[in-house]
Amino acid sequence: MSSQSSDTPAKAVEHWNRTKSLMWVTLVIWFIFSFGVHFFVNQLNTITFIGFPLGFYMAAQGSLIAFVVLTFWYSSKQNQIDEECGMAED
Amino acid sequence: MKGDFVSNLGRIYGLYTGGFVGFVILLAILEQLGVPNRIIGYLFVFFTLAVYAGIGVLSRTMQVSEYYVAGRKVPPIYNGMATAADWMSAASFIAMAGGLYAQGYDGLAFVLGWTGGYVLVAVLIAPYLRKFGAYTVPDFLGARFGGNFARSIGIIVLFCCSFTYIVGQVVGVGTIASRFLGISFEISVFVGLIGILVCSMLGGMRAVTWTQVAQYIVLIIAYLVPVVILSAQTTGIPVPQLMYGEILQRITELEQTKAALAGAKAHVIPYSTFDSLNFFALILCLMVGTASLPHVLMRFFTTPSVRDARKSVGWSLLFIFLLYFTAPSYAAFAKYEIYNNVIGTSIAELPNWVRIYSEIGLVTIADANNDGLLQFTEFKINPDVIVIATPEIAGLPYVIAGLVAAGGLAAALSTADGLLLAIANALSHDIYYRMVDPTASTAKRLTISRILLIVVALMAAVVASTRPGGILALVAWAFSLAAAGLFPVLVLGVWWKRCTKEGAIAGMIVGFGFTLFYLVATKYFAMPTWFGVSNISAGLFGIPTGFLATWIVSLMTPPPSKEMQDFIDSIRIPRGQTLMEEKAD
Repeated sequence: MSSQSSDTPAKAVEHWNRTKSLMWVTLVIWFIFSFGVHFFVNQLNTITFIGFPLGFYMAAQGSLIAFVVLTFWYSSKQNQIDEECGMAED
Repeated sequence: MKGDFVSNLGRIYGLYTGGFVGFVILLAILEQLGVPNRIIGYLFVFFTLAVYAGIGVLSRTMQVSEYYVAGRKVPPIYNGMATAADWMSAASFIAMAGGLYAQGYDGLAFVLGWTGGYVLVAVLIAPYLRKFGAYTVPDFLGARFGGNFARSIGIIVLFCCSFTYIVGQVVGVGTIASRFLGISFEISVFVGLIGILVCSMLGGMRAVTWTQVAQYIVLIIAYLVPVVILSAQTTGIPVPQLMYGEILQRITELEQTKAALAGAKAHVIPYSTFDSLNFFALILCLMVGTASLPHVLMRFFTTPSVRDARKSVGWSLLFIFLLYFTAPSYAAFAKYEIYNNVIGTSIAELPNWVRIYSEIGLVTIADANNDGLLQFTEFKINPDVIVIATPEIAGLPYVIAGLVAAGGLAAALSTADGLLLAIANALSHDIYYRMVDPTASTAKRLTISRILLIVVALMAAVVASTRPGGILALVAWAFSLAAAGLFPVLVLGVWWKRCTKEGAIAGMIVGFGFTLFYLVATKYFAMPTWFGVSNISAGLFGIPTGFLATWIVSLMTPPPSKEMQDFIDSIRIPRGQTLMEEKAD
């Protein structure tokens, strides 16, 4: 788990770079489900999904499910980065 | 027993849930035996208040870290439940379904905005503040932006957002208690106040945490039961969240074919209430506001580790999701009932529940064209009725209505507790301990904190008892104010090393000030809105200006010191000690 203090600076830089990329990836997905799909609500509403107009469904449930999954996914990914860089808590 | 408590949480809350279900069944039997509704209502309110107070007394503490951050040993899943209760207020529980009923698709901006913000909490802010080891949000601002000036501005922003918000909750408690106990609104406010204080005063964050978990269980059961039964009755399948798709189709059909529905807005068609700019602006402000409200952020200071803080955001969102993805089904089922069985019906033969609510003035019927039939335009319903009336629409016994009241009360009390603690902690920890008397003993600090808790609670109750008009609008404002005042500096403070003290101070003042200006000028001084953006989305202008001011002023001032850069490095990695350990424990 814990790394030697001598390799810490390089590891810390790698850790922060990977953390930043994960942040951007997560925020892009967040943006798509917060705003992106809802820009197309009228087009999506022409499709029916389990009885719902799809555009309505995405705002009422689809995006919410995506947020829940995204948060858990992010948390396990970030944890993986911490462990691989020796930055996780002991 | 203390160590035992955390390891036995599953069993304890399992027993509690079973006990609560048993209690509801007992009351149902009592009702069948002829006990009057009024007594059932009293039993519900007093029993649940007594349980919350009991948890408060059992969790009393004299330790600083227990008082401020529950000893940092709340497991992620329980912190998730506590955060969900902290987050979901009377507005979420009662008003949201009503808003969706009235606004259809456009109301979903609230559903989206109040959930998606948690992604920002998890990714940008919470784990880093947890690593820092803050007791309060201004504590972080004070450490990162060296000094009491940044801390003080943080406290002002926190106070403005949290205080308007708490007044809204106390009004909610008063409304529910007065409706179900039959006592006056003003007295109900103070009864509710006692419920809030007993729980937070003795045990601080520790007591509030374990009470909020208990309140979440009550509120989620109370929210799901009526609509699950209604769904089973209407469609044969007790999963309202899936079945309302079919109901939406029937609503759309009725809207197109039923003559009496002339004038009704289409439920699933977007932008009949807001235009698309306001729809998206509202989503943005609510999300960013979620990620900046101190009473939410401080819940993530209580987890055992940084990793747990991140995971805990996921659990919080899951528990919040359970209620928010059910809310639109309440709106759909109620709308179907009203469109199918109320509108177009002869006024002499309206369903019983309509009669009950028109007697207390929450439903208004006026036969404008004197044809004896009810037209859409002749029917007005207070949005709060949607959740409260569902048990009666489904023809359920009074005990279910009592359950809904208990749930609404749990939602309002849990949010009020969290807010009260956020304000009192900022005043006692950040102002008294950090700025007035850093040598104060533990006992003195906790005494001061408790006194402040009572003072703030009394202030909130006094303001609430005057029934301030438009308080709900004020609550919505809190999101824009928090978003513009705190979000830029919290994010840049962690993610941009070059961000300086002067930049942060400028960012907070400009972001918060600009948002406040837009709100006040458009609301009270008839200033025309810019691009038609309504004032609940004032953060649309305030958030970018806050970022911009922080950025420009930071670049104009010398970069932070080497020590500060090292400090930022250390909050970015989970490994190692928290940076602000409490020595006086």
